Amino acid sequence: MTMTTKPTKAPSRFQRFSDSFLWYSFKRDRTAQLCLAVFICLVVAAFAAPLIAPTDPYDLRQIDILASELPPFWIDGTDERYILGTDAQGRDLWSIVLYGTRVSLLIGFGAVILQALLGVTFGLMAGYLGGRVDAFFMRLADIQLSFSTLMVAIVVGAVVKATMGSSFYSQYAVLMLVLIIGLAEWPQYARTVRASVLAEKNKEYVDAARVMGLRSKRIMFRHVLPNTLSPIFVISTVQIANAIISEAALSFLGLGMPETHPSLGSLIKAGFDYIQSGSWWITLIPGAVLVVLVLSINLLGDWLRDVMNPRLYKG
Amino acid sequence: MSTQTSAMAANHIPTENVDTAQPLLQIRDLKKRFSLSGDFLDQLRFKGGKLIRHQEHVHAINGVNLEINRGEALCVVGESGCGKSTVARTVMGLLSPSEGEIHYDGQRIDHLSSRQLLPYRKRMQMIFQNPYASLNPRMTIQQTLEEPLRLHHPNWNRQQIADKVKDVMGSVGIDPDWGKRFGHEFSGGQRQRIAIARALAVDPEFIVADEPISALDVSIQAQVLNLLMEAQNARNLTYLFITHDLAVVEHFGTRVAVMYLGTVCEIATTATLFAKPRHPYTQALLSSIPRLEDDRPQHIRLKGEVPTPVNLPSGCVFHGRCPYANARCIQEIPQLQMQDDGTRVACHAVEEGRL
Repeated sequence: MTMTTKPTKAPSRFQRFSDSFLWYSFKRDRTAQLCLAVFICLVVAAFAAPLIAPTDPYDLRQIDILASELPPFWIDGTDERYILGTDAQGRDLWSIVLYGTRVSLLIGFGAVILQALLGVTFGLMAGYLGGRVDAFFMRLADIQLSFSTLMVAIVVGAVVKATMGSSFYSQYAVLMLVLIIGLAEWPQYARTVRASVLAEKNKEYVDAARVMGLRSKRIMFRHVLPNTLSPIFVISTVQIANAIISEAALSFLGLGMPETHPSLGSLIKAGFDYIQSGSWWITLIPGAVLVVLVLSINLLGDWLRDVMNPRLYKG
Repeated sequence: MSTQTSAMAANHIPTENVDTAQPLLQIRDLKKRFSLSGDFLDQLRFKGGKLIRHQEHVHAINGVNLEINRGEALCVVGESGCGKSTVARTVMGLLSPSEGEIHYDGQRIDHLSSRQLLPYRKRMQMIFQNPYASLNPRMTIQQTLEEPLRLHHPNWNRQQIADKVKDVMGSVGIDPDWGKRFGHEFSGGQRQRIAIARALAVDPEFIVADEPISALDVSIQAQVLNLLMEAQNARNLTYLFITHDLAVVEHFGTRVAVMYLGTVCEIATTATLFAKPRHPYTQALLSSIPRLEDDRPQHIRLKGEVPTPVNLPSGCVFHGRCPYANARCIQEIPQLQMQDDGTRVACHAVEEGRL
């Protein structure tokens, strides 16, 4: 009617992404590109483990106990079948590291999804509803944060192991670790989400939704939550790395994955006993993989935090 | 003149429920306090060896009485912090009143639950001050406009909703093809049009506009104001229009309520108020409008500052700054009194004929 400038056709979703600051910044950041490449390689290799790995380390028939503690290929006395050597039980280290990375990633992602579900829901409710709901969830978070997360995980893990029995625990070890790490770290999410909800809920679009007559639940999830996603993304990357480290620590302490179904943490633990006898590769190779994995995730998280910092860029 | 006489007729029967002249919205003795003292533990203080509970409140509204008649635009003016927006938000149910009642079309609505309020949400809508914050940045315009329709017309099909959105976008001067875009892709004036479209989408009869043009560029203000007036004519809307722009009031308002520190000091038809302001505060307020012919402006200079709404002054809230204040003004709170031309003024000096 009175407007002179008419915007051209609405851009597609892909076009909007390629115009975004996120993509622009990614194109210029070598560290982020390298980290994403390493991370994707590790994830693809881990989840394609049954296709890539020369042996199946879960299959006892393929394990040759006589071929144990063989060194990797660049050291004399190796066997050509095992490029990275073998561990104390004669399992191919290359295969078992692939499978172990898969277990570690599975637990890391699973635990973070659980943390996010709990933390986002509680944080949204605490921030949006306020009052007693807020006081209840935030005091609960304070209480839980006053213990170290690893301590909570150890106590829960030990109690479950004692009551249900060791065989039950090792049968459902992945699930148990996801539950333990997920329950132990939800306050991180809840606090972050609550803080951004408190900033968002006083904006007029929330008032407009209330005036419209929408229910609190819909306003929380449809209006407030999408506007708090940036900090959730950033914290998720850090939390995945944290969860993988927590799992490795628990496994190292013997409360994690069983020897027969090892994660990177339990591989490090298993190899640790042989480090004095000269078979350093059994512990160092899974250790190096763990470091590379966590480092690439953390560096990606750093980059994401810088990009999504509302003080630098408001998107 | 016809609007003036109808407003006068309504003023003569302020509280009786006569169907023909029943106001659309009635606000009775509305009070709203905001606590400053935090939760229970923060309120506990040691004083003189005793543990006492100490509470402080901001008295945002202190006994406001207003009636809004069908088809009129009631403008509420006053300086910032006088409680105009709080009145608007309380009427819309965004805040619950501390005391007092709000009646809509004869029904009390201030104590209803959000579910009971739903039918009224369709009849009364709100337009907000800041068009940069009132649209959800993660939703497209289409989604923003569809949402109220889906809620209030659950049995409409996709086509009916799409048609209605197209219709309402056209009526506010927004190209319906822009529906796939997000709020941040528009200018302030366009966003405010979209916000108006959202309010109009459910075909309301009453609209609360909380300073809808004060965040806009001056050149856009007139466009949006004209759009609001067009909508009023086309849809027979009733407005509660909050503003601090007196030029807008003169252009837009049927009647004007002047607020000071949470109380209404004068209600009059626009023409009467601008021609003959009664209340000393209204006089000072109107004298502050800059005029082109002002060689030697005769602004009424009020002494002092607006008192804090935490500790309200006794008696008339304006007595500390009023040149006509006497002992009665310091003790007794003035009530709105009907004048012979239909204006209602809350001032002892006017009542006693001192002014």
